[in-house]
Amino acid sequence: MAYIRSEEMTVEFPLYHLGARSLKKRLLAKSSSRLRDDANRVVVSALRDLTFTINPGERVALVGSNGAGKTTLLRCLAGIYEPVSGRIELQGTIGALIDPAAGMDQEATGRENIVLRGMFLGRTPAECEAMAEEAGQFSGLGEFLDVPVRTYSAGMGIRLAFAAATLMSPQILLMDEWFLAGDADFIARATTRLEQLVSGADILVLATHDMNVVQRWCTRVLQMDQGRIVGDMPVSDFFAS
Amino acid sequence: MLQQSPMETEVYVRDAADPRKVARAVEDLAGGWRQRRLAWALAWLDTRNRYRGSVFGPFWLTFSTAVMVGGLGVLYSTLFKLDIRLYLPFLAVSLLLWNTINQIAAEACTTFTSADAIIRQMRLPYTVHILRTVFRTLISAAHSLPLIALVFLVCGHLPGPEAFLVVPGFIILIVNAIAGAFFLGLLCARFRDIPPIVANVMQLAFFLSPILWKPELLEGWQAWLFLNPFYVLIEVVRGPLVEGGVPLRVWAASVVYTSGMVALALVFFVRFRNRLAFWI
Repeated sequence: MAYIRSEEMTVEFPLYHLGARSLKKRLLAKSSSRLRDDANRVVVSALRDLTFTINPGERVALVGSNGAGKTTLLRCLAGIYEPVSGRIELQGTIGALIDPAAGMDQEATGRENIVLRGMFLGRTPAECEAMAEEAGQFSGLGEFLDVPVRTYSAGMGIRLAFAAATLMSPQILLMDEWFLAGDADFIARATTRLEQLVSGADILVLATHDMNVVQRWCTRVLQMDQGRIVGDMPVSDFFAS
Repeated sequence: MLQQSPMETEVYVRDAADPRKVARAVEDLAGGWRQRRLAWALAWLDTRNRYRGSVFGPFWLTFSTAVMVGGLGVLYSTLFKLDIRLYLPFLAVSLLLWNTINQIAAEACTTFTSADAIIRQMRLPYTVHILRTVFRTLISAAHSLPLIALVFLVCGHLPGPEAFLVVPGFIILIVNAIAGAFFLGLLCARFRDIPPIVANVMQLAFFLSPILWKPELLEGWQAWLFLNPFYVLIEVVRGPLVEGGVPLRVWAASVVYTSGMVALALVFFVRFRNRLAFWI
């Protein structure tokens, strides 16, 4: 069964380009110790002591202002960032819809990009071809599927990205709110597919600002502020308070 | 929608108090090897995109190598008073090998930094990015192989049975390319000043190594050439093809350098693998 368990997980970001990134600065800092700034690098505490458990069946909304750490937490759950201290444990296949355009090759056609996406996920070429067929139908791109992505309009790009990103049916679905950035027609199409995807997943973790989305999709709310969890409650309590 | 097979759902644990760095690095290498088809597909895509719209595509590399070999072959065979029919096969193989090594060194520096969008989006073995760079270089090198065959044919050069030693030589070259790509890729992700340094070192190495000039020209000093790792790397492939074999001490040196390079790359990768996502 899918689950997520985080124990005092902390993630810190070094910001090298503010000072210590270049080799020159590093070497100078080493040699002239009197001039050396002890804060050799600027460290941002992106996530601080997060402890929570998400059980199967839960649909969790991450809410909080910009910079609260929502996307960083999604990346930790996706296994991209590893904690600096503390522990993260999870079981289940992961589908991460964090950045729609990532891994898209602008020069390749829509079909090639979908096949590529399938290969990123470790599928065989035969499976990928089948995925491309399905995604082509869903995205409604028609003959544009065999044209380089570079020539797509912004809306077509989002449609393709969404179709490619939702090809798999994972047990743990991690979503950033980008998927709402489409026209009304697209959202109507996408909603049906998202509902399928969400109902197929054991766990949904969704970062969003939109309270309608929270009410519609989620059962539990994790409120974040400055990298900490400041509230953890069922959706009904969240809207009551 | 496709369902994932249940066997893929092992528990994912990352505990800062118990990092198990060696095991994670080995998992990454094994995972990268399992996804080598992806790396190969990406390498092909890169090659195609780089030459999109040009009529001859990557064969431009073949042409420019051909022009170099032709021009330099005439000049240097006169300067060094060598028979051009003996010098041309040497020069053609040398230049192809050097271009390959040079390209690996240059592109290794951007292996991780240019894949930042993918690295920040999904958990993928870092080894995939390394294999992508190495495969891409091999694809462009393969476009110059017909030129080698042509030069051998025109000059009437036919390597003996020792030519089969090119296989171990080539393996040594590939292992060094992969290890070097790990090392430079990590280093350049952290310190953005490294790529120009690498470019300068490579330019100097081109003139200091016997690529345009034959090792024999050093006379007494030739015995010490094995101290130059670039010479050793080139010689293990070039020797079997055009010089009738490779001295034993060069083979020995190649094993030592390769072990050193692999050890260095492994230490770096084990130590810094989990920091890489934060650097790019």
